[in-house]
Amino acid sequence: MKGLILLSVAVAIIPLFLVVADVVTQGLPAISLTFFTENPPSPLAGYGGILNGIEGSLLMVGMGTLIAVPLGVGAGIYFSEWPESRLSFISSFMNDVLAEFPTIVIGLFVYTLVVAPTKTFSAVAGAVALAIIMLPIIARTTEESLKIVPITLREASMALGIPRWKTIFRVVISTGKSGLATGILLGIARATGETAPLVVTAGYLNFPPTGLLQQTASVPYIIYNFGTAGYPNWTTVAWGAALVLVAFMLILNLSVKFFIGRKSMGVRAEI
Amino acid sequence: MTASSKGNRRSGSKGDLVLKTVVGAAAVGIVALLIGLGIELTSGSWLSIETFGLGFITGSTWNSVLNTYNVFPALVGTLTASAIALLLGLPIGLGIAIFLSERTRGIRAGATALGSLVELLAAVPSVIYGLWGLIVLAPFMRDYIEPPLKSILGLPGLFSGTPIGTDLFTGGVILAIMIVPTISAVSRDILNAVPNSQREAMYSLGATDWEVVRKAVLPYARSGIFGATILGLGRAVGETMAVTFVIGNNINLPKSLLSPGATLTTLIVNQFGNTFDPLSEAALVEVGLVLFLLALVINIFARLLVWRMTRSTRFRV
Repeated sequence: MKGLILLSVAVAIIPLFLVVADVVTQGLPAISLTFFTENPPSPLAGYGGILNGIEGSLLMVGMGTLIAVPLGVGAGIYFSEWPESRLSFISSFMNDVLAEFPTIVIGLFVYTLVVAPTKTFSAVAGAVALAIIMLPIIARTTEESLKIVPITLREASMALGIPRWKTIFRVVISTGKSGLATGILLGIARATGETAPLVVTAGYLNFPPTGLLQQTASVPYIIYNFGTAGYPNWTTVAWGAALVLVAFMLILNLSVKFFIGRKSMGVRAEI
Repeated sequence: MTASSKGNRRSGSKGDLVLKTVVGAAAVGIVALLIGLGIELTSGSWLSIETFGLGFITGSTWNSVLNTYNVFPALVGTLTASAIALLLGLPIGLGIAIFLSERTRGIRAGATALGSLVELLAAVPSVIYGLWGLIVLAPFMRDYIEPPLKSILGLPGLFSGTPIGTDLFTGGVILAIMIVPTISAVSRDILNAVPNSQREAMYSLGATDWEVVRKAVLPYARSGIFGATILGLGRAVGETMAVTFVIGNNINLPKSLLSPGATLTTLIVNQFGNTFDPLSEAALVEVGLVLFLLALVINIFARLLVWRMTRSTRFRV
């Protein structure tokens, strides 16, 4: 029986290795300095680059982060510091539901909310969709990181006469801040890889972003667009973009490990 | 003494109230977001709801010339692909979870490394799985997996028709790969939440490792594992990009597992460029509404099952 379990483990890991191996081997030919400085090529004409996607992704993920972090950290603080309220219960439950939601539905929501009224695909719409996707991760991680801070710290702070809000900022959040940073990085990682919502909100452009209310490219969209087209050089561009994306994810995940590893969450000596 | 917000209001400073209101607003925002999602999707699809009514879900034509947009084939696709994904993904995910929650010291060392690997599996964006699926997996399925399946199980409706690789079955397989991390992560938490006393009692009766798992741990964790499965189902239903590369994107009713098909999610992505009039646009939003309701029901049901078993404690003292 142990053998079957080990077999299932092996079966699960094989696709991961295959995917990464293929991404590296098929994507490497496209990688060069120009891959990061040029725009995509025409069909059958070399590898060009994915500058439009890189700049578009940076723009939209950046804006999305600016929207999602205050909301997410705020909600996380509320869930952690006032857990007994009914709002906390309902909202954190809905937060968990939102975290697993089909991202295409979130994209459609932003479509009806932003794209339809403004009558154009836009970077703003894409950023809003990404923000909604990042929000639950940030809120959840913030809540977990702050809950780990021992209550004795809070009590000691308030026993010294420090008001509750200052306790939360100076004591609780600063103790849990590596957890907060982790949540934000995880949210960014998730948002960078999302494609479906951007298909229906940001569209695509063969050039770097031209305006906040214009169609905007993104790296995942390039993978989708160029990977399904069928031209061999475009397929290699898609693999190259996939390689860039995977490398970015790796860096983000390693940074997360760095944060969790170096700083311990919570205080060692407890009263 | 708990850090309650209700006590000591007279000695609390105004800053407390401000902070609570501000972060409370963020919490309200999340609730409003989910409710707003439902409202927007409903209003955006109203034209389609009025026009097709229940026929939207039961009809099989999606044709802009006929101005008819019905999604039964896509619904079938979603359910079929998800079923395949669960059939393949549950045993593997559960197996990994059992391995990861093993208490035997020798195994624990490898378990942590494995745990990281499975997390990495989840970190790869689905669009990359899709690309790999189209270029590597689909031809592999077409050449090596589907012909044998066809000869063994070639009943009409099951594995009949010419193997082409980009079909419903491959869609299910790639979904299985995507949901294994979800099922294994949640199941592992569930299995870890089973009290050690259960395991110890079985061991003291002389049971082997596997008997302990089979007779003490798994039965105890049954409802939680069911919840993990439903969460996996939710993930499978909502997955778009990985599936759209490999499912063949055919909006007609699939005749067998080897026919190209569509799911609700791939339907939206594929038809999105073809919406030229209000009705087709409303129809697409209605597909989103159907997905919204499906995802809501599945996720709430799953969360309730999982929550019961792994409710974490409030403050750590």
